[in-house]
Amino acid sequence: MATTELHERSTDHGALAAVERRARELLSREGVISDHQRLRTYECDGLAHYRVTPALVVIPEDAEQLAGVVEACAHNRVPFVARGSGTGLSGGALPHAEGVLVVTSRMRAIREVRPQDQRAVVEPGVINLDVTRAAAPHGYYYAPDPSSQQICSIGGNLAENSGGAHCLKYGFTSNHVLGAELVTPQGEIVEIGGAAPDTPGYDLLGAVVGSEGTLGVVTSATVRLVRLPEEVRTLLVGFETTDHAGAATSAIIAAGILPAAIEMMDALAIEAAEAAVHCNYPAGAGAVLVIELDGAAAEVAAEFDEVERLCRDNGSFEQRVATDPTDRALIWKGRKSAFAAVGRISPDYIVQDGVIPRTALPEVLKAIAELSESSGVRVANVFHAGDGNLHPLVLFDDSVEGAGEAAEKVSGAILDLCIGHGGSITGEHGVGVDKAKYMPRMYDEDDLDTMQLVRCAFDPDNVSNPGKIFPTPRLCGEVPGRHKGVHPLQDAGLAEVF
Amino acid sequence: MSAGTLDQTARDAVASACAQVDDAAPADAVDGVAPALVARPSSPDQVAEVLRAAAAHRLTVVPRGRGTKMTWGLPPASADLVLDLAGLDRVLDHAAGDLIVAAQAGARLRDVQDAVAGARQRLAIDETVPGASIGGTLATNVSGPRRMLVGTARDLLIGITVVRADGVRAKAGGRVVKNVAGYDLGKLLIGSYGTLAVITEALFRLHPLEDARRWVTVEVDDAGRAHEAASAVVHAQAVPTAVEVDWPAGSGGTRGTVSVLLEGRPQGVETRARTVASLLGSGAQGSEEEPAGWAAYPWGEGDVGLKLTFVLSGLGDVLGAARESGVHVRGSAGTGVLYGSVPGDDADAVGSALGRLREVCGRHQGHVVVVDGPAEVKRSVDVWGTVPGQGLMQRVKDQFDPEHRLAPGRFVGGI
Repeated sequence: MATTELHERSTDHGALAAVERRARELLSREGVISDHQRLRTYECDGLAHYRVTPALVVIPEDAEQLAGVVEACAHNRVPFVARGSGTGLSGGALPHAEGVLVVTSRMRAIREVRPQDQRAVVEPGVINLDVTRAAAPHGYYYAPDPSSQQICSIGGNLAENSGGAHCLKYGFTSNHVLGAELVTPQGEIVEIGGAAPDTPGYDLLGAVVGSEGTLGVVTSATVRLVRLPEEVRTLLVGFETTDHAGAATSAIIAAGILPAAIEMMDALAIEAAEAAVHCNYPAGAGAVLVIELDGAAAEVAAEFDEVERLCRDNGSFEQRVATDPTDRALIWKGRKSAFAAVGRISPDYIVQDGVIPRTALPEVLKAIAELSESSGVRVANVFHAGDGNLHPLVLFDDSVEGAGEAAEKVSGAILDLCIGHGGSITGEHGVGVDKAKYMPRMYDEDDLDTMQLVRCAFDPDNVSNPGKIFPTPRLCGEVPGRHKGVHPLQDAGLAEVF
Repeated sequence: MSAGTLDQTARDAVASACAQVDDAAPADAVDGVAPALVARPSSPDQVAEVLRAAAAHRLTVVPRGRGTKMTWGLPPASADLVLDLAGLDRVLDHAAGDLIVAAQAGARLRDVQDAVAGARQRLAIDETVPGASIGGTLATNVSGPRRMLVGTARDLLIGITVVRADGVRAKAGGRVVKNVAGYDLGKLLIGSYGTLAVITEALFRLHPLEDARRWVTVEVDDAGRAHEAASAVVHAQAVPTAVEVDWPAGSGGTRGTVSVLLEGRPQGVETRARTVASLLGSGAQGSEEEPAGWAAYPWGEGDVGLKLTFVLSGLGDVLGAARESGVHVRGSAGTGVLYGSVPGDDADAVGSALGRLREVCGRHQGHVVVVDGPAEVKRSVDVWGTVPGQGLMQRVKDQFDPEHRLAPGRFVGGI
């Protein structure tokens, strides 16, 4: 197989054709898409204003097929991009125009659920919530819960190191994945980590999770299952202002309480949620907090009394408690639908994702309000208050000349605020293609160069999701035992490599 | 290279990079390997200068924090220079409201705990090796009982600054817990035994100190019973901070213990302790005092120390095999991480115990690593065992330290 492909490397088109031919050998007919109309359905992920039609889409059914396609890509220097459900919000799965989009939607088996070991083994296309559904009859669940958990895939979660409302207490995807089968950018299938804790050697999995598909494609993941809590109590609290809600948040944390979640919405976000899902949040609230406590019943009861008191002390005017799943779902409905709900009050919007130290909350919210006022661009605020992860929704009307640019400017200025306060340009949505340009504001050249050493170790030819995360790729240099690039004689079709 | 043969120009280069550079003393030997020089930088800039000088003269470098674990891993293949980080001993910043702390690599874990305790907070890594530094704690990825509830260093480290083998300083992560910008270099550095880069500064998330704590302990005399007791608590909903087992070597009838730590608000802890006592079975005793050996590794001077990992359902088998092999094990029954001790005077006996335990832990998807022990014993056995992904690890090493000058040979697969 190697010989014929090398002969045809004279043009990129030939390289792609070689990959396509290999894909058709390996995959069933439905697993390879090259028809332009059908390719277009894959042109974007959840960040729909970036659109690129891929040159080829493959939908493998197992790791061997996937590895075969990746190997052909590596061999022919054709870039590839992995995609799960395509719900990402940073353009991490944005296709490459001359590359292959590897879609994991047919790799959907939950291979093992082992509550006695607190582990499940799942394929990358498995939907996040389905892991919890499979574990729940045993009294267990999968803790990371991004808002898109009903549709997002585990593979995408690994790539982005997805968080969710409850990561304040339970951590992110990287805290819940112990092992993976990885197809490297060269097309090798490698086991990293394992089902038991602390696999000896470098924590390669720690580097892969959150690497946004730039270090290979995970074809199976061993994840941690967490025991369902004995008690869950959710509190919806209304405040006059975000300052009051922020003060209550700080007071709860200062009291040594670690709730499962503390979420905040401001007046504009509440208005949108009301319009969309009629969640019946406290009327006239300038801010609401959704606070969830979970754990052993005796502990939750003691903490709950204290949380109620701290909210009252900090000016709450209404508190509602949900202890059963139906009431709880109603409270969460407003929060979880907030992004989409904004569509009810604005034709277009940008979902921003920045992080600040929690104590900077009042100051940063004030600065965002000033930005909004001076620019005339409305900003609705929804955020994970407990960990300082802001999701400002910057509203605009794209049919108005210059409105998009103005919104973009406000959105960027919010990131600068985050960086200025020692925070991050992304807490859970990832850098992707959208924020690569902001990376140099957070890290200097040496920092980025050092991160890319990892890239060079895994993907020396820069074929695995190129153009994401890093504003400029690093040249990887000579690696002992391998040749850089294609020899000119091979390239001219005059020699072969076996 | 030894002290006598180190080139004078190399010696001068290191001496001009850092205020304090001395000829190595016998006590500076790294697991029996005598270095020529010890550099004691007092700032991250000096660390970078020293590493640049070492790079220019192709010196091998072994980083050292407080020197409490220099016999861990394999003896280095070469150690021209010990880079002693004890001078970088400051706790830099404790932002109590944000529950974070920053410290230099040479600061003791204990110093960090003292600095944050006033705000009723803690860095949730147990001090399993007394006097250990932050840098060494990260480089060897030590953990203790508390890992069951809060995880290990990888779950707590949020930012890191390192100096590379070529002397370039770099950072990753930051001051906020939630952050997915860029690669998580901190996780790669954790447990890398000084072979990738030299850690100079670390940022951690903190946890609140709980108001109340209680240990509940039961004595058991067979492995199956210990497994049952631990499992009953692990799969219940009492949310223990730790579930530990202490399982001495010895013939049948020797008793071991299963101990559970509960922390929280006073009424909550009291109620949960009653629940746990009934789960552990008759004879379970509550105590305000920690049990003997709590958060301490079981081996002493001259012993070989092992780390055993396995999935939870393997606990009974592992305890049984340990006792049959004459290995005293102790550790986190709640996560599947135990530490073993076997006398280091008989390399063959160590080898056969290691083989048996590798077979059993392997069957339960885990590993056995020789953590510590006399250098001659470690040279005669397979210290790290077979590790998945070794080819990729080698490639990572080649990128970070292409000349293999950082702690060469101490790590997995000769890295």
